[in-house]
Amino acid sequence: MPDEITFQALPWVTIVWNDPVNLMSYVTFVFTSYFGYEKKKAEKLMMEVHRDGRSVVSTGTREAMERDVQAMHEYGLWATMENSS
Amino acid sequence: MSGFARHRRSGRAIATFSGFEADLLRSLASQLVELLRNERAVPPSGGDPLEALFDFSGPTSEPEDPVLLRLFPSAYPDDDEAAAEFRRFTEGTLRDGKADAAVSIIDALEEAGLPPQLEEVGLVIDVELDQVAAMTWLRSFTDVRLALATRLGVEEGDEDYWHTLPDDDPRAQAHDIYEWVGYLQETLVEALSG
Repeated sequence: MPDEITFQALPWVTIVWNDPVNLMSYVTFVFTSYFGYEKKKAEKLMMEVHRDGRSVVSTGTREAMERDVQAMHEYGLWATMENSS
Repeated sequence: MSGFARHRRSGRAIATFSGFEADLLRSLASQLVELLRNERAVPPSGGDPLEALFDFSGPTSEPEDPVLLRLFPSAYPDDDEAAAEFRRFTEGTLRDGKADAAVSIIDALEEAGLPPQLEEVGLVIDVELDQVAAMTWLRSFTDVRLALATRLGVEEGDEDYWHTLPDDDPRAQAHDIYEWVGYLQETLVEALSG
């Protein structure tokens, strides 16, 4: 399975957009608990969302990104996906 | 007013609400449930009624209510067809999940002693949440805040504006509630991260 993933192109990305509502602490918390990211990485992504208005939070197959976007919507974050290739 | 704290021995998130606060939280959660279940997550009818009976698929068009549109945003902003497909397969599940989360807040408050009609003065409601319940409350607090913010038209960096409104302005009161739920959420994140 890991080999399969390595050999596949992963051209899809999940993007989280800034909104005036979600708390910085909550967004960081979602990135650590859902993606399993270290606190440092989660904070970096959160700051990108806050400062740049958007951040790519995950990369993978289309199916995997659809799961991530759905999960972000479950958490109330504004997420979209696109093909990055 | 106090928020959540981490119980040192059990690691659970604990909070003590006044009867008024618990009643307010229940009312917010109930309104969310009503909104989620009101505009039903089904495709617009108009075709064969028999066919409609057997149509178990979700909606493919964006919800009209701006709150629902914020809760269920388009996953593919530049691809209407893919967006409709995604919505069809996810919106029903997401709606149910959000409604269930709000219901679990109502249930927990009532199990903790909040009566159907708040009459008693000085009532105190203690809640204690394990990790799973706390995550559910966090998500639902977000939904409540998104709903309030969308109705109020909250924007980035507009805090000063809200504080200039007279106290008896209903929008100022709604904004106070929005900030209070934000405070509860902030302390709950802290209690979980502790």
